[in-house]
Amino acid sequence: MDWLRWIIFVVIILAFALSFVMAFILLERRIVGKFQLRPGPNRVGPMGMLQPVADAVKILLKEDITPAKGDRWVHRLAPIVAFAPALLVFAVVPFQGKGPGLGFSLDQPAALADLNVGVLYIVAVSSISVIGMIMAGWASNNKYSLLGAMRAIAQMVSYEVPLVLSIVGIVIASGSLSLNSIVEAQSIPFILLQPLGFLIYFLGATAEINRAPFDLLEAESEIVASYHTEYSGMRFAMFFLGEYAYALGVSAIVSVLFLGGYKFPFGLLPQSFIWFLAKIFLVFFLMLWVRSTLPRVRIDQMMAFAWKFLLPLSLVNLLLVAAEGVSTIGFGWAAVGINVILAIAFVVIWANRFYRVKGVTVG
Amino acid sequence: MGLAISFWLLAAAAVGSALAVVLLRNVFRAALLLISCFFAIAGLFVTLGADFLAMVQVLVYVGAIAVLLLLAIMLTREAATGSPFSRWRIGGAIASVALLAAMIAVFRATPWKVADQSVVLKPTTAELGARLLTPESGFVLPFEIASVLLLAAVLGAIVLVKEK
Repeated sequence: MDWLRWIIFVVIILAFALSFVMAFILLERRIVGKFQLRPGPNRVGPMGMLQPVADAVKILLKEDITPAKGDRWVHRLAPIVAFAPALLVFAVVPFQGKGPGLGFSLDQPAALADLNVGVLYIVAVSSISVIGMIMAGWASNNKYSLLGAMRAIAQMVSYEVPLVLSIVGIVIASGSLSLNSIVEAQSIPFILLQPLGFLIYFLGATAEINRAPFDLLEAESEIVASYHTEYSGMRFAMFFLGEYAYALGVSAIVSVLFLGGYKFPFGLLPQSFIWFLAKIFLVFFLMLWVRSTLPRVRIDQMMAFAWKFLLPLSLVNLLLVAAEGVSTIGFGWAAVGINVILAIAFVVIWANRFYRVKGVTVG
Repeated sequence: MGLAISFWLLAAAAVGSALAVVLLRNVFRAALLLISCFFAIAGLFVTLGADFLAMVQVLVYVGAIAVLLLLAIMLTREAATGSPFSRWRIGGAIASVALLAAMIAVFRATPWKVADQSVVLKPTTAELGARLLTPESGFVLPFEIASVLLLAAVLGAIVLVKEK
């Protein structure tokens, strides 16, 4: 029976990921259009809903080009290595918990594998994607591709540190590395308990999946299209879809770690996967909002932001959470009050101090 | 049965890609095969029930070390052809044969204990944490010494690259 369950879950996850990726592509174009006071794509199908299908068909029909002087095999393999980790992340994401839910009840958590080391698994798997980018940048035999790959490495290495440190705070508060137990532990959503951790995770994750304002990898005005400059047809589409699959993955992880996953806030309604999907859309909307509001940062600003702003704050957050864990304050409403006030204070103070450092400005 | 099959597949993958790393001329491809070797070893850890170790293997070796390795290769010249001639060929051969001999000697001298088949595999993370950080286990001092060593290495790196 276990085999049957795994097969069903693999099918569900594939269907979920691919349909959500299509929806995200359309949503991004429509919503960014609204932000920029233009309609966005609205011609194909009702409200432009068939636009992703039209794009997919167009891209499948295009020629698949490999640079003559590039490394052919690495060039072919790179999109697969870049895309696969995005799907692997969903193996440990719990869609609904054990017990009665809205409409139906489950006898075990609805996840492909509720690993004991789920958080570590996510961090490990998401660190693989950069290798796909490096492979693409190298094998294309193009200077812009190589520059993009170099930027990818610098960005990944820098942003992984604060990202992981902010997750450690979650692990301390929930006492588990399993994603399902982390959701179960959130009688108060961790976004209230650790607002600083949420901020750091969200910014770090935005940078790690190369979304604006940290999309230096794809700075068109500087390095054409970075590591996928020399790609066309379906192989380009795999990079493109991979980016949205990562956005979906990060939205799902933020929902699980900070927003209480499949639980309704404060348990007012029974748990359901519907709340989880709604939270995914909410987080993705937040990303779009950030994208349409902020201009792209420069490479030195981005590195300074990771090492001088996010890293100290993530250490402060870790210390704060650990101190509350061992003291009598615990992780109740008292901690929520303290942490919200301290988070605002730290961000304001550190941002002001940061702004005055000579020669380095981040705005 | 399934465990045995996966062990042999992973072992073949690990040995095959390790051989390719040594034999390939193209340094970049060699580095990519080194990554596949790391993955196979992580898979071996999974078959042994070492869940934490498998994840850390991927995180540290693939996510950090391999990425730095690839970055270093990008900065080298003629990475696609490798170095055609090396003066250290004989010395290298002697050193690697000596290393191989030492490893075989240790391998043969070690009494390998086979775990009781009835033991139920448990998650190892909490146990590892408790062993490393409680005073009773006796691993606190080595753990802290390793931390100080890493800190010293980080500070050394900063001093080295600091502008005058």
